Amino acid sequence: MIEVEHLSKTFGKAQAVDDISFSVVRGEILGFLGPNGAGKTTTMRMLTGYLPATNGTAKVAGYDVFEQSMEVRKRIGYMPESPPLYPEMSVHTYLEFVGRIKGLTSSELSNRVKESMQLVNIADKRDELIKRLSRGYKQRVGLAQAIVHNPDVVILDEPTVGLDPKQIIEVRKLIKGLAGGHTIVLSTHILPEVSMTCDRVVILNKGRIAAIDTPENLTLQLEGGERVRVEIKGEAAAVRSALEKVEGVHRIDIRPLESSERLVVNIESTTGRDLRSQIAACLVHSGFELYELQAVSLSLEEIFLQLTTEEQPERREPVAAGV
Amino acid sequence: MRGLLAIYRREMGGYFVSPIAYVVVGIFLLLAGYFFYNILSILVERSFMAQMQAQRFGQPPEMDVPSMVFRNFFGIVSTIILFLIPMLTMSLYAEERKRGTLELLMTSPITELQIVMGKFLAALCLFVVMLLPTLGYHILMGLYSEPAPPWRVMCSGYLGVFLLGAALISLGSFISSLTESQIIAAVMTFALFLLLWVLDAGVRGATTASGEVLQYLSILRHFDDFAQGVIDTSSLVFYVSLSGLGIFLTLRTLDAMRWRTA
Repeated sequence: MIEVEHLSKTFGKAQAVDDISFSVVRGEILGFLGPNGAGKTTTMRMLTGYLPATNGTAKVAGYDVFEQSMEVRKRIGYMPESPPLYPEMSVHTYLEFVGRIKGLTSSELSNRVKESMQLVNIADKRDELIKRLSRGYKQRVGLAQAIVHNPDVVILDEPTVGLDPKQIIEVRKLIKGLAGGHTIVLSTHILPEVSMTCDRVVILNKGRIAAIDTPENLTLQLEGGERVRVEIKGEAAAVRSALEKVEGVHRIDIRPLESSERLVVNIESTTGRDLRSQIAACLVHSGFELYELQAVSLSLEEIFLQLTTEEQPERREPVAAGV
Repeated sequence: MRGLLAIYRREMGGYFVSPIAYVVVGIFLLLAGYFFYNILSILVERSFMAQMQAQRFGQPPEMDVPSMVFRNFFGIVSTIILFLIPMLTMSLYAEERKRGTLELLMTSPITELQIVMGKFLAALCLFVVMLLPTLGYHILMGLYSEPAPPWRVMCSGYLGVFLLGAALISLGSFISSLTESQIIAAVMTFALFLLLWVLDAGVRGATTASGEVLQYLSILRHFDDFAQGVIDTSSLVFYVSLSGLGIFLTLRTLDAMRWRTA
């Protein structure tokens, strides 16, 4: 549905998006994840045809976003970071207006408006002026606006930003509900959001793709084998030297456990090896009292930090692009 | 076309749900009515005096009151709209930019020309709505005028006001497209109008090339012909091309926003 090849965008000297390629299949939810200034908004704006790319191509439903912009715009629903609302309009006149400029005919219009209002649960606010709505409702009107013309692709820039936890859950549910019929691209800097809503994640950092995979695979892939957490009683230095003898141990982190004599040891092993039994054997043989041993999987949060803070071979000066 | 109509309708709706249309139209009608009354009463008084003098000294009275009313009235109206049109155009793009709704318009399947023309026509339409009630003044005067007033002069006067308004609106919307602040847009527009108004102040009657250029560019100079019942092609071309220039520049600004490098 969406094919992006070697897309780049430069603002003056700043490289906002640097040679990214990915594709999205029909019905999929793709999440852009990255710190502020990673190039999420710029990428989305290029997909919508709002910003022309400096290099590379992007195609939506087979149409080039730049060459055949009108065809693409008909098939895209877009919600920028702050929903583009006219405060003095009522919800349904606003949605009718958006429907009209998106090219709906008068006969389709009232049905589509009704349907989109129902989808985001704002049918009861139909005649309310937008300026009187709460933040969460405004966000929903923004969502309704993006789907009013029943587009193939829905692009949502930070759809849950500024909402309270309850509203966030509701909006996520809404997005989940939209999938299937629509292809969805959303961006966020909140990690749990992608693992909860997205089928696939693109981690962007400084305009480049740091990783692209399903949330589960990313977790697996970056786990780098296992991480083992051990609770033990003994001398820190002795524990360390004992553990260092175990083959495959990559990193050892020892901290005293609060309000007891025990130690908490975090052991990371190199790729794809389960060292739990070796570690247990080694510790017991060395005469330490072993209280607990468990395998820990890295959370997406840790992967994210690992990916985005990792030292990368810098090709260009770091950029702080406007998002 | 549908897109243009949608933009036009939203813009018209916007004018009438906010107080701006009522305030601008209200102020305009108040001022126009006040000046019309004054012009008329002064001229009527003067024509009585002239008549009395004519009786005393035996000269025939020569005063075409309705024509003079038209001329003065349109002169005043053209000045009033220099002050009011910035208020009609200030929000056209500045507000959309501030709210981020311009991004919605520019990612919708409508062309920039449709956006610009929809907005231009909406402002022009409100301007016509604002002018229409003043027709009543002239009709009222016509009822008591003997012989009938020269309606052709009135028509050319209104044509002049319409063309002048269109030119001012297109320039005003261009300035609105440059900024996110309505206030800045209004002030800049007003400054531009004043400049165009007084452009020929220093060179009036001058015959040098630069003097003639400045006189030609002065926005109200072309208006005098219309107010006197003369439709001069060069004035017509002047206003129409000024409108075209404003629309063209607005289009360029919208386009440039996509290509901006910051």
